[in-house]
Amino acid sequence: MTSARIFAVGGLMSYRALFYWLTPMIYIPSLVVAPIFQILLMAYIGRSAGLASDEFYVVGNAIQYAAVPCLFAMMQLVGGEKFQNTLSAILVSPAPRLPLFFGRAVPVVLNGAFVAAFSLAMGSLILGVEIPAESIPALALVILVAAFSCTGLGLINAALALRIRESAVLSNVFFGFLLIFTGANVPLSDLPGWMRTISDYIPFTHAIEAARDLVDGASASSVLDLVGVELVIGGAYLVVGYALLRFFENQGRRHATLERT
Amino acid sequence: MTALRLLYTGWLFQFKQMSRSSFDSFLAILWPLFFATVAFFMFQQGGDPDALIYAGLGAAVMGIWTATSVAAGSALQRERWHGTLELLVAAPTHFSLVLLPIGLATSTIGIYCMATTLLWGRVVFGIELQFEDPILFALAVPATLLSIGALGFLIAVAFARFRYAWAIGSMTEYPIWLICGFLVPLTLLPDWVRPISWLLAPTWGMDAIRQSSTGVGSPVDDIAMCLLLGTAYVLIGVLGTNAVLRAARAKASLSLT
Repeated sequence: MTSARIFAVGGLMSYRALFYWLTPMIYIPSLVVAPIFQILLMAYIGRSAGLASDEFYVVGNAIQYAAVPCLFAMMQLVGGEKFQNTLSAILVSPAPRLPLFFGRAVPVVLNGAFVAAFSLAMGSLILGVEIPAESIPALALVILVAAFSCTGLGLINAALALRIRESAVLSNVFFGFLLIFTGANVPLSDLPGWMRTISDYIPFTHAIEAARDLVDGASASSVLDLVGVELVIGGAYLVVGYALLRFFENQGRRHATLERT
Repeated sequence: MTALRLLYTGWLFQFKQMSRSSFDSFLAILWPLFFATVAFFMFQQGGDPDALIYAGLGAAVMGIWTATSVAAGSALQRERWHGTLELLVAAPTHFSLVLLPIGLATSTIGIYCMATTLLWGRVVFGIELQFEDPILFALAVPATLLSIGALGFLIAVAFARFRYAWAIGSMTEYPIWLICGFLVPLTLLPDWVRPISWLLAPTWGMDAIRQSSTGVGSPVDDIAMCLLLGTAYVLIGVLGTNAVLRAARAKASLSLT
């Protein structure tokens, strides 16, 4: 019961306390307006280059932008404890680590999915991209899985935030790599072979492909394999992230570097 | 003379300080490179070599705005954190002489971004830029830097009493890239966007840099327009500074605590 409370109540409280972007003064410019302009920018570059349709960029960038809430929120939810001087108190507590850290990830996944879904809806409205009504439930599931997958990468980012000072820079670097490698803007077939290989093992690649298929009218069952791979990738990143968190926690105790900010 | 010395010292101090911040320098260089790489891939696949050169120059200038937008937006908040804002406002020199060098220093960081993006385009994507008129190119680049710095100053003033001004600065990044024609010709945008573009100095600076590089058209008018708009931003910014400080003093809200 204690673990369940730490997971649900603790996770939500930490999210509200530490993810300071929730204030509308940051949330609206960063997570509502900016993704719409990223979609417009890429769609117009696409028109100028004559490479792909607006639909390609709307779907790709809407899902890829979920990286911002997922990466930054996870980083703030763990790294932020250092700046609040609460990290030591949490890590000396007997609270089980699994619900402690994974509970914080749940609101992050939901918010990431909301940002992607809203961007997709607005981008489609502005650029006149039609999304078949029957695809919407499956599309919602794909977006949720994409946010879950990136939150796994976010947990790795959060673990690194225990060790390094410039975690905001690192979050932006992860975002930039996802922008290039996931096929959000450049068809995977046009990327060099080594980049395609990397793209197979990072969040979003399969979710973006599945979402594009669904918007093109494919059935939900036909994208199940892509969604499955995305889920496995997200799970793998979560496991690695958790292992890194424990490792850096241990290192922090040994070298007295937990509160290095 | 005192004002010029203050501008120079302030610019040098801010430039050195930002050069040592990984967020303001390293990320400011890397961030537009990600977008430049995506754009290069897209134009490369499009198969038009002229479009690739167009993108190469545009992506190089994108970085100047990136370096300016967030840093200028958060300039006052940074002074608040350092506990120096009240001292600077109370100093006998006009506060705009403190703020303007911050805007100019942020855009100067953009030179790193520009050089890195040009080099990246040349080495990785084989984009060979020609500088048909090197003298005018050498005039167009500083004119663009100065006017973007002035726009950064205007943003810093406009959001002086806004705690999260960095978020507004960051939000302006994509729109300015788009409507100033860095990567997309203005003719592709809706007609109603064009008057907005004309009011933005980076539009003219970008045009001037392109024309001096490709030798198509004369960039002199664009350089003049760029400098004219930059001067207008500074004048509006100075008047805005007076209004903002008067209001902040009257309401005792300078520190936003």
